[in-house]
Amino acid sequence: MSLWRYANPAEFMRVSGRVLPVLWALTAACLAIGLGWGFFIAPDDYQQGATVKILFIHVPAALMAINAWLMMLVTSLIWLVRRHHVSALAARAAAPVGATMTVIALLTGAIWGQPMWGTWWAWDPRLTSFFILFVFYLGYIALWEAVDEPDKAADLTSVLCLVGSVFALLSRYAVFFWSQGLHQGPSLSLDRTENVDNAFYWPLLVSIAGFVLLFLSLVLLRTRTEIRARRLRALQEVEARA
Amino acid sequence: MSAGAAVLGRELRLALRSGGGAGLGLAFFLITVLLMPFGVGPEPEKLATVAVGTLWIAALLACLLSLDRLFQADQEDGTLDILALSPLPLETLVALKAAAHWLSTGLPLVAAAPLLGITLNLPAPAFPWLVASLAIGTPGLSFLGAIGAALTIGIRRGGLLLSLLVLPLYIPSLIFGASAATAAAEGRDPGPAMLLLAGLTLAIVALAPFVGAAAIRLNLR
Repeated sequence: MSLWRYANPAEFMRVSGRVLPVLWALTAACLAIGLGWGFFIAPDDYQQGATVKILFIHVPAALMAINAWLMMLVTSLIWLVRRHHVSALAARAAAPVGATMTVIALLTGAIWGQPMWGTWWAWDPRLTSFFILFVFYLGYIALWEAVDEPDKAADLTSVLCLVGSVFALLSRYAVFFWSQGLHQGPSLSLDRTENVDNAFYWPLLVSIAGFVLLFLSLVLLRTRTEIRARRLRALQEVEARA
Repeated sequence: MSAGAAVLGRELRLALRSGGGAGLGLAFFLITVLLMPFGVGPEPEKLATVAVGTLWIAALLACLLSLDRLFQADQEDGTLDILALSPLPLETLVALKAAAHWLSTGLPLVAAAPLLGITLNLPAPAFPWLVASLAIGTPGLSFLGAIGAALTIGIRRGGLLLSLLVLPLYIPSLIFGASAATAAAEGRDPGPAMLLLAGLTLAIVALAPFVGAAAIRLNLR
């Protein structure tokens, strides 16, 4: 028994159908605890006041925006190498979720930045690379939509995902060459001693877990939809031929 | 070698003769630059600050114009299948097509840039660096464009999609190229940006043909 067993669409549908309700419950619990704790129990920041609370959404969304692309990269590679359809469909399913996470990160950042930095938007390297990442998501989604043949669409979008990964990373460092930053550096990690205060650290960690679970649930759900759509298409083709 | 020369010659002849659109990129470049002063105002100081960016961005957009036909025209009339079956490796074909695209689109832009720089009141020390940055950067734009063109071969009216796919890939080249020229305009050392741009272009020119060829193979399968 190996992991590749789940690459079989029927097996994937069976297992994901069972896992999904549990995942949804965990997602709801983590989000409720993390955000509830963050919004209502965690203290206000001594400088930022209550504005700091939007970061309980901003930070997890930003993390998932990047991780969604990484997941698409891995599943695209699996499709190109092993040609498991579920893998390609999972990449397709993840793209709009990742794009939405990017938008959430940008919007919550703007709402936070208005009172804190005095501006909705600055051409800061981190903000700019997220903007660029969003455009990469758009291009990827648009290419999926534009190609009719499903396998060819999966092939071409996988190539685009590989090229896009290289250039998204390149742009991320190139923008540091171009502009000085306003955004703070990292202050959250699992292994370093320098972290945000514990009062924010733990609720933030729980909301991050909630966002990870939310992402997983949405991607599983969307992948199941894609598989059903694919099956429908196959049935229609059989019907048309008969 | 002779097959390669034949392909390059064919591409250039097609680009230069009627309907090829080699002059179109240049005309588009001119008109974009012409529009700029209407947008920002005719004050020379104001224009001087946006001159480098205008010329670079106009060059990016002009590069895009003829890209969507790079492989599509050959795919529609079956030439691409013949070329794919020929002993010439597909990677070489992509490289030659991108090179021909640069010779017919990129090179004229490089030549026209200093003239347009005068109209935009580009600071005098920036002229050689702007031309050099365009000369070094635009080959990379043609080769990246070849990837986008290869990905969108089978898509009818893929031009708009092609811009969405290709323009984000141009960002690093734009950053380094424009930084080099801006640094020269402001009396700083343009060296580091120029070296990064050169390295980037070399990497693109070396790797893009493989990606483009892979995309064509997937499209022809």
